[in-house]
Amino acid sequence: MSDQTLDVRGQLCPIPVIRCQGRISGMSSGETLEVLCTDPGTLHDIPAWCRIHGHKVRDTAEDGGEIRILIEVCD
Amino acid sequence: MLATRVIQEQGIHVEGINFFTGFCVEGHTHAIRRQDQKKQKRNNALWVAEQLGIKLHIIDVIEEYKDVLLNPKHGYGSNLNPCLDCKGFMVKKAHEWAMEHGFDFIITGEVIGQRPMSQRRDTMPVIARESGAHDRLVRPLSAKLLPPTLPEREGWLDREGLLDFNGRGRRPQIALAKEFGFEDYAQPAGGCCFLTDAQYSAKLTDLWQARGNRAYEFDDIMLLKVGRHLRPGKAYKVIIAREEGENRFLEGYRKQFIHLFSTSHPGPLALIDGITGPEDIELAARLVARFGKGRDADSVTLVVHGPDNAAQTLNVAPLSDQDIPQEWYI
Repeated sequence: MSDQTLDVRGQLCPIPVIRCQGRISGMSSGETLEVLCTDPGTLHDIPAWCRIHGHKVRDTAEDGGEIRILIEVCD
Repeated sequence: MLATRVIQEQGIHVEGINFFTGFCVEGHTHAIRRQDQKKQKRNNALWVAEQLGIKLHIIDVIEEYKDVLLNPKHGYGSNLNPCLDCKGFMVKKAHEWAMEHGFDFIITGEVIGQRPMSQRRDTMPVIARESGAHDRLVRPLSAKLLPPTLPEREGWLDREGLLDFNGRGRRPQIALAKEFGFEDYAQPAGGCCFLTDAQYSAKLTDLWQARGNRAYEFDDIMLLKVGRHLRPGKAYKVIIAREEGENRFLEGYRKQFIHLFSTSHPGPLALIDGITGPEDIELAARLVARFGKGRDADSVTLVVHGPDNAAQTLNVAPLSDQDIPQEWYI
């Protein structure tokens, strides 16, 4: 279970990254965000954004064209 | 990338800003088309930030950018690219962001004389002035050819550590990249904006003419990146997917548009943008049939879904190549 869920299915990068960035800016360290997306580019871009901002990608899963990325917000 | 590293070499903390206007040529464009699936889908700005070890903030300016595109004070380039206004807008936004977040100045990778509109010696002061950044705007790669900025005068930056690059040639940049150990970087002079593209600009102009005004929404400008666009009548155009990836992308717009596809033969999904009567729908169906596997058949069956999603089946004879005037292609 995640603390929050962000549904950006049907959106193309960089929109999912921008929405993810916006949502995380309002979250606290230790909280988790589940991002649901469909653009394969998110599998690269969201983890890259997390790495440069120091957040942790806990899990990624892909099923039938749907992608789920679980992020732990870090300071 | 080079400008940032030059500043980092002076021990200064740098963070990056990337603006998304909706016209950016980025990984998503390749993500749509199946034939482009093998292309690198990385976001170049994120990749560069990671190489440099800096944070990157991606900012959505889709709405604000409309005024830049629709009312460019300095006009357009060879297509619908308002390069000088665009640069001024982005520097202004970056400056505002920097001031709000406690930064002292902003830097860009501009080089005097590198671009015909936005990077001329005479336009550099225009951008500094009109953006409101004034002398808090530093161009590290050409700084020695420009008057000292506030950070240089205040001693925050050592002017001697800045550079004097000038002109269209990239040799000094490539040499500096090598010195810094950058083995991979965005290709020089690679188009990063659809507005510099003649075909895209023609489609956008057509959209405005057909609607009688220059308003646009995000979905409009995304759809212009995808499919064949043909205008058989003044009041409507047909957007036809060119391959499976585009088919999937257009599927996301089915609820907003009349859409049609062949059921008797494999073929593309098409959207109709505009106001149509029964004869237009039939013509569109014959046109769409032309781009499917049934193009040589006597009759192709298509299903047309209206705005209320009511389905109608049509049996039509596909148009031949000769039946499609070249001026229909946008």
